[in-house]
Amino acid sequence: MQSIMLRLRQNSLFNVYVNHAEWYPSPANLNYFWGFGSIALGVLVSQIVSGVLLAMHYNANINLAFNDVEHIMRDVVGGDGLRYLHANGASMFFISVYVHIGRGLFYGSYFYPRITLWYSGVILFFLMMAAGFLGYVLPWGQMSFWGATVITNFFSAIPVVGGAIVEWLWGGFSVDQPTLNRFFSLHFLIPFLLAGVAIIHIALLHEHGSNNPLGINENIKKIPFLTYYGIKDLFGIMLFIVFFVYFLVNCPNLLGHADNYIEALPLVTPAHIVPEWYFLPFYAILRTIPDKLGGVIAMVVAILILLSLPFLDTSKIRSGLFKPLHFINFILFICVTLCLGWLGQSVVEFPFSNLSEVVTILYFFYFISHFRLTTQYVK
Amino acid sequence: MFAAALRESARVVLPVAAVVTGATVMASANDEVVPAPNYPFSHKGPFSSWDTKSIRRGYQVYKEVCASCHSMKYMHYRDLVGVAYNEKEAKFLAEQIEVEDGPNDEGEMFERPGKLSDVFPAPYENEEQARAINNGALPPDLSLIAKARHGGEDYLFALLTGYREAPAGVTVNEDAGQYYNPYFPGGKIGMPLQLIDGAVEYDDGVESTASQMAKDVCTFLAWAAEPHQDDRKRVGQQMLTLFAICAVIAGYHKRFKWAPIKNTKISYFK
Ligand code: HEC
Ligand code: HEM
Repeated sequence: MQSIMLRLRQNSLFNVYVNHAEWYPSPANLNYFWGFGSIALGVLVSQIVSGVLLAMHYNANINLAFNDVEHIMRDVVGGDGLRYLHANGASMFFISVYVHIGRGLFYGSYFYPRITLWYSGVILFFLMMAAGFLGYVLPWGQMSFWGATVITNFFSAIPVVGGAIVEWLWGGFSVDQPTLNRFFSLHFLIPFLLAGVAIIHIALLHEHGSNNPLGINENIKKIPFLTYYGIKDLFGIMLFIVFFVYFLVNCPNLLGHADNYIEALPLVTPAHIVPEWYFLPFYAILRTIPDKLGGVIAMVVAILILLSLPFLDTSKIRSGLFKPLHFINFILFICVTLCLGWLGQSVVEFPFSNLSEVVTILYFFYFISHFRLTTQYVK
Repeated sequence: MFAAALRESARVVLPVAAVVTGATVMASANDEVVPAPNYPFSHKGPFSSWDTKSIRRGYQVYKEVCASCHSMKYMHYRDLVGVAYNEKEAKFLAEQIEVEDGPNDEGEMFERPGKLSDVFPAPYENEEQARAINNGALPPDLSLIAKARHGGEDYLFALLTGYREAPAGVTVNEDAGQYYNPYFPGGKIGMPLQLIDGAVEYDDGVESTASQMAKDVCTFLAWAAEPHQDDRKRVGQQMLTLFAICAVIAGYHKRFKWAPIKNTKISYFK
């Protein structure tokens, strides 16, 4: 037995486990906000497993897709649980990743030397949004169809070639069978890309190790990952599962839209077309700008601006714990983003549209204010 | 420092929150729809199951009143077994309908009595016929209606019992098949009032008042949209208990493991 363990420990793959999980040196003072990376990884695995099982009962055909989802819900043993697990899993994924990103913003995890790590996170974020959007189209309900129409239409804002790009995306002149087929194919692919990029994300993390709540270099005191954070993350994951299961049991449709239980009707536009909740802040920014191209640019910039933080933020201090102005700014930013989310699902009229102009400016202000402002206050 | 920072942020956040709340109130006052009240359906709680007696009566209301205009294409007679009827009763109900089947050995289509595996019969051949008969309005399929409308069964109950005289200033053309209902978006619905006291005769002796029938048919429709909800709640509560116990054990174990770290004293020397 001992010799088997010894042989195993010499194996190079097992070494990856030993060096990057079991004995991986971690800071001693990480709080529970550092557990949301593990939680997101857990949800990704759950999405892939439940997705593969769903795909066994699903046909990407505009005449069958809606019925197939109902067939899963009614006739497949445990199918309702499976489908709700997958549909709500997307929301749980975004909840955990939003907390994860917020942790990075507050504790300054984007500072040098973790810039490439931060960038790989933004790529993950984009891939997730693609997976969530493509997946929402698959049940082929009213919101699936009209959401797909609205979002693919963003590309028509591109000058000259926009129209051609949209038709190329659709594979025709409207959202139709070819669109559903390719969306299914891509929706199947992207989670595996996500898994790949997640591995790169962790590799980049392990180059310099985790940041910590104090934001200072802690190489003097590190503790082995598995013994301490293995159990700490497991505790966090268990609590998250309790929250998740509570959701699945008691309000599995709370985060969905009622219209998606109506089969897609290309001739009937719903009264309000709303994307999934996790897109709402960006959707609000899009609608704030009266010009279509301007709106799309503002929306993309709202995400890409994350990339500029390592350079915009001129502070010498990482952690938000020691920067009172940053602390206030951050809390305001959370409120602003929640407010944008709420505006994203409101109708475009007084007072919402006026409010969203103010709140959009506040959103961008958060990022720009890091240039000098917070730094000077600290001095 | 934290307290100060929080107080500072509250000073900024509270006025914003006040404006936002005010805006919501103003905006919702504009809406053309009356929101449905929250009715105390007995199946709503996390630990409550379907009221199967009510489902059985609700099916009767659906069959005798609604089925002449509304299909339920995802519902089979077998779905009623073990919930509203036993197998023999459900078989008997299924046999009351004629189903086109075939082709037989001669290549002919033929009619046969319904079986448990058949879906509830649809009242119209196609959408065009349905619209032609209903003054251009389309009675939607009811299998998923409780999930396909905001407010679910609360909305359905409010809608079915909410018919009244149009208020001054609102004109509805009853000859063109329009009726006033404040819960329907826009207020003008193409479905006439359906539930009047005594419209059906319940076989369990419950008095069939309009609101009783509305409650029963809404319970039935809510169940039809979510037939496995009881199972899911049961398994779900078991899992919830299991994971809660796991969380407590993991939490305790975490404290135990971390005790040495938490009690480590780090001193710095020059
Ligand atoms: C005479 C035919 C007829 C009967 C009988 C009938 N309905 Fe309807 N129903 C309609 C029509 C037509 C509409 C479409 C109304 C519209 O879109 O304006 C409709 C719409 C509905 C809607 C959808 C409302 C919405 O929000 O879009 C519900 C729910 C409904 N009916 C429930 C019932 C129930 C429950 C019963 C039995 C108690 C019933 N109906 C009986 C004709 C009927
Ligand atoms: C990153 C991980 C994933 C995310 C965020 C995600 C997201 C989503 C979303 C939001 C839906 C719509 C849910 C609904 O309303 O029904 C969906 C549906 C679906 N997904 Fe995924 N998904 C992921 C991974 C996968 C994988 C790996 C597969 C298959 C290999 C898959 C297969 C499906 C199928 C078949 C559906 C349609 C069935 C349904 O609508 O319930 N998904 N997904």
